[in-house]
Amino acid sequence: MKELEYPFDGEWILSKKKSIKKQLLQENGPFLQKKIAVLGGSTTSNICVLLDLFLLNQGIQASFYESEYAQYYADAMFDNPELMEFHPDLIFIHTSNVNVKHYPSIQDSDDEVTAKLDLTYQEFEGMWEHLNATHHCPIIQNNMELPSYRLLGNYDCVDVRGRVSFLNRLNERFAEYARSHDFFHIHDIAYLSAVVGLDRFSDPFYWHMYKYAVGVPVMADFCYNLSHIIKAIYGKNKKAFVLDLDNTLWGGIVGDDGPENLEVGQETSMGQAYDAFQTYLKAHKDIGILLNVNSKNEAENALAGLSHQDCVLKPDDFMVIKANWEPKNLNTAAIAEELNLGVDSFVFVDDNPAEREIISSTIKGISVPEITTVDKYIREIDRHGYFEVLKLSKDDLSRNEMYKANLQRAQTMKSFADYGEYLKSLEMKGVIKPFEPLYEARIAQLTNKSNQFNLTTKRYSQSEIEEAASTRFTFYGKLSDKFGDNGVVTVAIGRPEGDALHMELWLMSCRVLKRDMELALLDAIVHRCKANGITRIIGYYYPTAKNAMVKSFYETLGFDKLSEDAEGNSTWEFRIPECYENQNKYIEVTED
Amino acid sequence: MTREEAYEKLNKVFQEVFDDEEITVNDATTANDIEDWDSLEHVNLIVAVEKCFGIKFNIGEVTSMKKVGDMMDLILAKTA
Repeated sequence: MKELEYPFDGEWILSKKKSIKKQLLQENGPFLQKKIAVLGGSTTSNICVLLDLFLLNQGIQASFYESEYAQYYADAMFDNPELMEFHPDLIFIHTSNVNVKHYPSIQDSDDEVTAKLDLTYQEFEGMWEHLNATHHCPIIQNNMELPSYRLLGNYDCVDVRGRVSFLNRLNERFAEYARSHDFFHIHDIAYLSAVVGLDRFSDPFYWHMYKYAVGVPVMADFCYNLSHIIKAIYGKNKKAFVLDLDNTLWGGIVGDDGPENLEVGQETSMGQAYDAFQTYLKAHKDIGILLNVNSKNEAENALAGLSHQDCVLKPDDFMVIKANWEPKNLNTAAIAEELNLGVDSFVFVDDNPAEREIISSTIKGISVPEITTVDKYIREIDRHGYFEVLKLSKDDLSRNEMYKANLQRAQTMKSFADYGEYLKSLEMKGVIKPFEPLYEARIAQLTNKSNQFNLTTKRYSQSEIEEAASTRFTFYGKLSDKFGDNGVVTVAIGRPEGDALHMELWLMSCRVLKRDMELALLDAIVHRCKANGITRIIGYYYPTAKNAMVKSFYETLGFDKLSEDAEGNSTWEFRIPECYENQNKYIEVTED
Repeated sequence: MTREEAYEKLNKVFQEVFDDEEITVNDATTANDIEDWDSLEHVNLIVAVEKCFGIKFNIGEVTSMKKVGDMMDLILAKTA
């Protein structure tokens, strides 16, 4: 719903919240169900109301637990039975600088200030540790907004006794913890309050009247920003840009004006603005976002424009370049297919409102930011939080190379008449092993991101992955070939019970579809079962809106269907034969 | 703006905030007359009224409102 995307009218949303919610529930399903505990250091009622709307807009239906007014610490530390019974999937600690109890006084020595900093920090850390040990779920913690007044004026950020200095140091400690704990995420209200204006953010009217630490008129901005982290945790980040060229990446029309007359580069103000925008886009490559072109142009003109010496973006920076006269929605669908991504993982950027309208009205789930003029493009895209990063994995950093290699594989495939010959030519090497700490973050990420090749769509936090590693049969698989390393691409978890292994999770990244990695994994599962005296493998398929491709997966592997209910949930059995012959023929696998 | 005209606008605000198209308010209406009107919803009502009429209430004004008539007096004074 456009009204819930940047730039929105927060007060309007608040006044219409009930009718908006009805509309979202009707239009946006099916929803992922999540239980969110909000532990507040100030009033939280509007936060739950607004966060609910932004999450519904992302396809997440939350139920909320709210602590009693300002009882965040007691709830966290003393295991409020109500909270325990709630079994949260996620905990949000809504504290702010009104909850800091040990501010320095002007008489304090440096050491005393440091002691107060430690004390303040340790109360928080103790809470995070306890919550993690008790609930094993992601925790989101506000950092601190700057104080609303400065006793020492500008010197408040210099002197350690100044509150500005104190809160800055505290925020750095929070960030330090987040760097080393994957379950823990910072909601950066220090940044957010600067964006909306600290005077509006910390409006004392709402604090004294209603004990709201965040001004009600900017509460929507707050919840929007918070919703970005939550949707990222549940795998709803965007993955790729689809970009127009003329008047989007440069000023002018390359076909009419000629590449030499485009506005881009350092010569003019307009050119500089396009340069800044291209630089912004190019930086996304480094965090694993895929860039693509979708432009109404002759192909050679598009390439001539991109080869302009002042263009920051070069033809090589893009995965797929579609420069033709096809309708843009068809081009977008074609790009999605080539990259093996859902169209809903794209952000479509085009200066032409008519093109934007066609895309947003024909492609469900795609994001189409309303951009206005080039000097504002960056902000108009950035504020959406499309690519909210929870942690930068090695995979993110090399994703562009992996997709490039995939495109090359597709090219190679065309040159083989026999698919087996093609697979052989890839010289694939696989590793299949039980979970190892090094890969647990990536494994958790995969369980939350994989929707299509996912039999049970069970989501795991990293701590749950760690737990599974010690109580279950676990498998992760890596696959590489002559074009490159795909990293961890498949994960399975089985619960041994008597003579059977119950497959609680089996997923695979779509970028290695049809490479026989699933057969290699079956082989590994069978070997582990045999080594442990297990004779049957029980598979489960739970249908979702996105996993129809694996509906008959177990059947293909030779499992027998035991049962199926009205919703299509099915159970399958594989009796391991005495002499099991490996199914995988093309991947050279190292097993543990 | 006459008191009647202002009430027309104000009714719309109440209807939106409490999501009930049947609601009409008058000078004598209080929080007891509207089911969902608790202290948490009160803040949202104030914000919506401020936005609708392009005005701001201060802390003393908000605390002194006992019934809708008091709110209306302030709206008219501030928009005059």
